[in-house]
Amino acid sequence: MASGVGLALFYGRIGSWQGCFLTGVALRGRNFGNPKSYILGTPKYLVMASEQLEEYLESILDIEEREGIAKTSAIARCMKVAPASVTEALQTLSDKGLISYQPYKGATLTDSGREMARKVKRRHRLLEVFLRDVLQIRDDNVHHEACKMEHTLTDETEYALCKMLRAPARCPHGSLIEPCDRQVESCAECLNNPSLAAAFPHRHEHLIPVTAMEPGQKARIAFIRGDAGVVQRLTDLGLTFSTEIQMVRKAPLSGPVEIGVRRTRLAIDHTIADHIFVAALGETS
Amino acid sequence: MHGRHGPGGHGRHHAGEREYVVALAGNANVGKSATFNQLTGIEQETGNWPGKTVERAEGILQYRGHRLRIIDLPGIYSISALSTEEQISREFIAHDHPDLVVNIVDASALERNLFFTLQLTELESPMILAVNQMDLASQKGITVDTKKLSSLLGIPVVPLIAIQGKGITDLSDVIIRAVRDRPKPHRIEYGREVEERIRRITECVPPGFNGYPARWTAIKLLEGDTETTWAARTRAPEAAALAAASAAELEKMHGESAGTILSGERYHTAERMVEEVVSIHPSEGSEYSLTDRIDRVALHPVLGYLLLILTIGGLLVWTFIIGAAISEIMLDGLSRIAPVEPLIDGADSDIIFNGAWTGFVAALTLIIPYVIPFYLFLALIEDSGFLTRFSLMLDRGMHKMGLHGKAIIPLVLGFGCTVPACLSCRIIESPKQKLLAAFLVTLIPCSARTIVILGVVAAFVNIWWALALYLFDFVLIVILGRIAFRVVPGESVGMIMEIPDYHVPHLPSVATQTWQRTKSLFWIVLPSYIVGSIVITALYALGYLEPVNAALAPITVVLLGLPITTGIVFVFGIIRKEMTLLALAALTGTTVFSTIMTPVQLIVFALVTMLYVPCVSTIAALAHEFGWKNALIITALEAVLAIACGAVVFRLLSLVM
Repeated sequence: MASGVGLALFYGRIGSWQGCFLTGVALRGRNFGNPKSYILGTPKYLVMASEQLEEYLESILDIEEREGIAKTSAIARCMKVAPASVTEALQTLSDKGLISYQPYKGATLTDSGREMARKVKRRHRLLEVFLRDVLQIRDDNVHHEACKMEHTLTDETEYALCKMLRAPARCPHGSLIEPCDRQVESCAECLNNPSLAAAFPHRHEHLIPVTAMEPGQKARIAFIRGDAGVVQRLTDLGLTFSTEIQMVRKAPLSGPVEIGVRRTRLAIDHTIADHIFVAALGETS
Repeated sequence: MHGRHGPGGHGRHHAGEREYVVALAGNANVGKSATFNQLTGIEQETGNWPGKTVERAEGILQYRGHRLRIIDLPGIYSISALSTEEQISREFIAHDHPDLVVNIVDASALERNLFFTLQLTELESPMILAVNQMDLASQKGITVDTKKLSSLLGIPVVPLIAIQGKGITDLSDVIIRAVRDRPKPHRIEYGREVEERIRRITECVPPGFNGYPARWTAIKLLEGDTETTWAARTRAPEAAALAAASAAELEKMHGESAGTILSGERYHTAERMVEEVVSIHPSEGSEYSLTDRIDRVALHPVLGYLLLILTIGGLLVWTFIIGAAISEIMLDGLSRIAPVEPLIDGADSDIIFNGAWTGFVAALTLIIPYVIPFYLFLALIEDSGFLTRFSLMLDRGMHKMGLHGKAIIPLVLGFGCTVPACLSCRIIESPKQKLLAAFLVTLIPCSARTIVILGVVAAFVNIWWALALYLFDFVLIVILGRIAFRVVPGESVGMIMEIPDYHVPHLPSVATQTWQRTKSLFWIVLPSYIVGSIVITALYALGYLEPVNAALAPITVVLLGLPITTGIVFVFGIIRKEMTLLALAALTGTTVFSTIMTPVQLIVFALVTMLYVPCVSTIAALAHEFGWKNALIITALEAVLAIACGAVVFRLLSLVM
């Protein structure tokens, strides 16, 4: 899924560094890569571009979700680069505390790495929706365009984009878009007043859509994606903020999911369930 | 002693004695109908509500010298505060002023049920609470402190096991006391921010506005309830404006709409009450063991569909083989009493008698072998909980037609009679999907159309062509569903449905439901057959039919290749589809249709009858639910469709047969 578009940026300049969501992640002063490369006349270091770094994190997230651990070879395949380059990049990411890397085994994201990867993924998918639905860009170009744009987005633009697109649930390729990273209970809060979003504190717990819950798993409703109508409908059914729910079973072929809530069972359409995000209980992820 | 009615009470006098009106209200699947049956026994009547044609059960309870009229309000299916059932219930309670509302709740799902209870209390009607299914709750390790609940709500609370009849005497005693004491529930207050605004709006609401309590009106205005807001805009503009401003304030403070905030608070209150009155001791068995075990099969990706296919197959086998055989035997027996052969000439009295008798026999041979078994079967799968599972399994498929799993219920009902099926489309929330479902329901072969297919095609061509017609109809439904999904404006929303636990069907409830559904058919079918049959023969004898036939000849003869007499037959078929059979027999003087039509003509005739227009009762039901415009569009569309299909099939089949 993730691409190797960052390849062209692998060596060289420091990207248009926004820093807004990578607070605390210092990029400067790391020894990395090809010593022949020079940046701004400094012969000593190569600095890994933020775009590049984010591309790696996205790839690792994809592979990790599929296979549990991201092997160097898998990352190389995914990003269409030489395994040797991957090893170097992983070392850098590991130094920055974004992944934990064990040579010969592979990489897994740390909490901060995962948070960053998800943020970029969310922007990528929002941009894809924007490019296809608003700008009507051809489907096969959407991904590459989004790959280039995703690294330069600010929080403000991201929230405005999400609001304009009315908080889409899925990207054009059908992947679920991550929920917003602010502690809002529903999109209704933001859709009425988008400047408010930035005023909310960052969300620290990781949210998953109800559809990603495993049978038997318990969780607490943390965020509902959608406008006031969706929220009202779910509230009337007792699916209010911070209510505890338990996954009973999922019907095959994206059929409805069956959950236990308030000592009754509800079957919920798959698409609606995608809009309900929960924080898993008794688990730290 | 009780000669004076309570405020707003309007109990009817019966034999010089005051008759109290008691309404049963509650969510679906809480054992409401079982309670109703236990209270009223067998003495039941049906009636329609003023302005609303809804199946509603009404019965009489004679208890300790009192006469109580028990009214079973529709079960709240969708739980949404904006659902039709909720609206119907609240209208009845506010406008008909029952002497008492008995709110029945499920002990094991108290939290969800209390959400509705809290809304009911806002109507400020005298009320008691019956906590049902105490046995199932205790199996799950749940005990409910009804005394405490009673003091929290301020009304009597009665524990109940309706299916076993336990607690019914207590309930009856409490009802008798309550119709006199008129216990009013406590006012359940919202949070301070909300409560303050409700108070200020309440002060602006003119007394007796719309017949609802002022506080209730204020709450509904704050929630933005369409009907209330619309009425208030002209008659209580001050309250409407204040409510709009207050809602905006709340929205600004919390980021959620006022409706969401109020619903959230109601659930919060329900949660707190449950915490106080419910204690849970995990029992040794697992909580949902039986339901879980059955669901492992019924919702299995392979076994579940197999079960579904078996069920549908079983129904078809019943209809085409067993039902047809019973019908045959009945017809044989009845024709021994008097010949079931329509007369065209002879003495007037003979014509009338024969017409009436033919109609009577036709109605009996429709209802007993086909309609009753079907409704009985349906009530069984409905009551046991299987129908909900079928809805779940078919949800994905229904998406293709812009519908969702819940639409299965009206579609299945449609095999019995289209009219109640159209009305049952109410369980679907979105207006677009409601209309789509009703449109498709009108195309489902109802028992009347099945009779035509059987009586014309299966009897005189062969059973495979009859099945092929059925199949053709299903394919047509899917295609039209997909087209209508794209054409009809509006939004399709996904399903949210409560999944009840399985239980052994409660036979009296099943019998009642079957009878309720069949009975309405009886009252329509029997007279319309008899009268229709007489009218046809009479009109024929008077020579009024020829001009109609001539006018329709371009369609019937030229396009469809049918005999000219079918023109008037189709006209009568609009009254009821199976009248086409009667009319055909009456006009041609024979029931052996193969002597008057070729196999191709028989098939085309049945096909056109199946599709051409919904019957009069269906058109009326559609108009009632969706307006005359939609009803007429559907009617015209199906007429054109039937003629087009008929013309094409006639030409194609003529080539091969």
